[in-house]
Amino acid sequence: MAEVKTAETQFLTYFEAIRLALKEELQLDPAVFLMGEDIRFSIFGPTKDLHKEVDESRVLDTPITESAFVGAAVGAAITGMRPVVEIMFADFITVCMDQIINQAAKIRFMTGGQVKVPLVIRAPGGMLTSSAAQHSQCLEALFMHIPGLKICVPAGPVDAKGLLKSAIRDDDPVLFFEHKALYFASDEVPMDPQFTVPLGQAAVLREGEDVTIFAVSGMVSSALSAANSLAREGISAELIDPRTLVPLDKQTLLDSVRKTGRLVTVEEGCLTGGVGAEITALVTSEAWDDLKGPVIRVAAKDQPVPFSPVLEAACAPNAQTIASAARECVGNS
Amino acid sequence: MPEFTEELVMRLYKTMYTIRSFEEKVSEYAGMGMIPGFMIHLYVGQEAIATGVCAALREDDYIVSTHRGHGHLIAKGASTGRMMAELKGKETGYCRGRGGSMHITSVEVGGLGANGIVGAGLVIAPGAALSARLRGTDQVTVCFFGDGASNQGTFHEGLNLAATWNLPVVFVCENNGYGFSTPQRVHQSIRRVSKRAESYDIPGITVDGDNVLEVYLAASWAVERAREGGGPTLLEATTFRWHGHFEDDEDDYRSAEEKAEFPKHDPIEHLERRCIEQGLTSTSQLERIRSEVDEEIERACAFAEESEEPSPEDDAGLIFSGGER
Repeated sequence: MAEVKTAETQFLTYFEAIRLALKEELQLDPAVFLMGEDIRFSIFGPTKDLHKEVDESRVLDTPITESAFVGAAVGAAITGMRPVVEIMFADFITVCMDQIINQAAKIRFMTGGQVKVPLVIRAPGGMLTSSAAQHSQCLEALFMHIPGLKICVPAGPVDAKGLLKSAIRDDDPVLFFEHKALYFASDEVPMDPQFTVPLGQAAVLREGEDVTIFAVSGMVSSALSAANSLAREGISAELIDPRTLVPLDKQTLLDSVRKTGRLVTVEEGCLTGGVGAEITALVTSEAWDDLKGPVIRVAAKDQPVPFSPVLEAACAPNAQTIASAARECVGNS
Repeated sequence: MPEFTEELVMRLYKTMYTIRSFEEKVSEYAGMGMIPGFMIHLYVGQEAIATGVCAALREDDYIVSTHRGHGHLIAKGASTGRMMAELKGKETGYCRGRGGSMHITSVEVGGLGANGIVGAGLVIAPGAALSARLRGTDQVTVCFFGDGASNQGTFHEGLNLAATWNLPVVFVCENNGYGFSTPQRVHQSIRRVSKRAESYDIPGITVDGDNVLEVYLAASWAVERAREGGGPTLLEATTFRWHGHFEDDEDDYRSAEEKAEFPKHDPIEHLERRCIEQGLTSTSQLERIRSEVDEEIERACAFAEESEEPSPEDDAGLIFSGGER
């Protein structure tokens, strides 16, 4: 769990926690600056009017040109700055794939370590009220395939603040996937400007004996509901939130699976080639002898996210489908 | 207006000849199979552009380079020994053998990377320029690219951003008339890429890229303008690519007649002729420079040859820096 250095906390929403992390880091370090489309207006709130509270030359509205401002962020990062850019919807990240995959992820390696790339790309993903196929995706798994990128998936306000601060202070490129449906979730957030959550440390949100549920980002709260419901039936589920997919806290996951012998992975991205596929491969190769049965993957259907509220709801996993998977996993279905 | 002193002109000559001598040696090595891979894009014929542009820069200014980047790096002051070692994939190379010809760079001389993706640098350069502004320095960033890259979306996005934010960038288009095998008339409707500057309300200039003095004058103007807050310039330099797109390229898409024209535009011979005509130097002085350079390149080759191979165990440590603020 996150180490809290001071007892002073305040109830903040997810977007307010992100805003606070950005403001604190802008104030702590003159190398930090923000770029993105309409960030001073800020559709989801994390950067709204932030330029009025900090040095305004470091909160920059860009033209609608993802390649330009992500490319520029790479240029700025290798020359001594710490850019934090926002992709307005995570889906738009496909417009700047060269800048992320061929440039940011590789430039340190290709130059034999001559440069550091302290770059953060914030990208809100996930389904939210009929946003349809190009404004709803969870694309984390795509980037797990690219060595050189770190990936954060905060599932609540405390981790959103703590992980974002660690990401900004990190000397390597970090993709920071926020979930749109979480922006108004609230929690008690540490107000200490030095509070951080380290990258690569999973959180065990609930301890259990019968099955491990590994849930990512927006699916963590659904998995928690499922675990509570399973408890009433006498199934004890352990819930793990990886918090970062790269680096991945393998130890916490493997320790849990060795204890429970069963694993359900849950994500809002598509099933095929998803996060769960990699986690399943990892667990089956490193904890095979401890597994009591097959791993079950719960994920969005392999299809574009539909517009209709009825269709959208049918596309994504929820507490019920997670609970069913867990029951199946322990042979109670 | 900068003055063409004897010292400056001899420096330009030496740099151009160093690039030529380096590239000819690389070509020879490549032909003998002594350089790994086949992605070796040579700068022969284009020497005046890198030389004239980089002579207008300060040591702490930046250059963003291309796949055809050896000339840029030599002109910015990199060591030919460490470059040759990189081309041979050795641990003593600038990129410790992880980059090779296409990704060669020396950050200590201001090189922010050669690039295997055509047009990639056009959006990285404005970021380096923005960084200089935010850090409160007056460093200028030069972005080299070709006529082929001028059709990429990054050309528009990079120039738009730099112009809108009035960033200290000089965009240098090396128009050699070809994107790989495709002649300019087939890949774009214009002949002068500099015309596009008008779309961004910035100056667009075309110079003879085989005349190093002309390149130097135009670059000096654009660099000083950028340094003083005047914003970006699109500087086009026309030239000829003497070799194929890369060393294994049979280059059968260009006729013998077309290729016979190249030496008539030799930037090195052009400067030699001018120097002698104007009494700025003597044949023997130029000869002395050439033999000094040839010796330097021999030493570079020997250094590369004797250097150690890199170790696969060190790869993992180069993916992430692992550091934090």
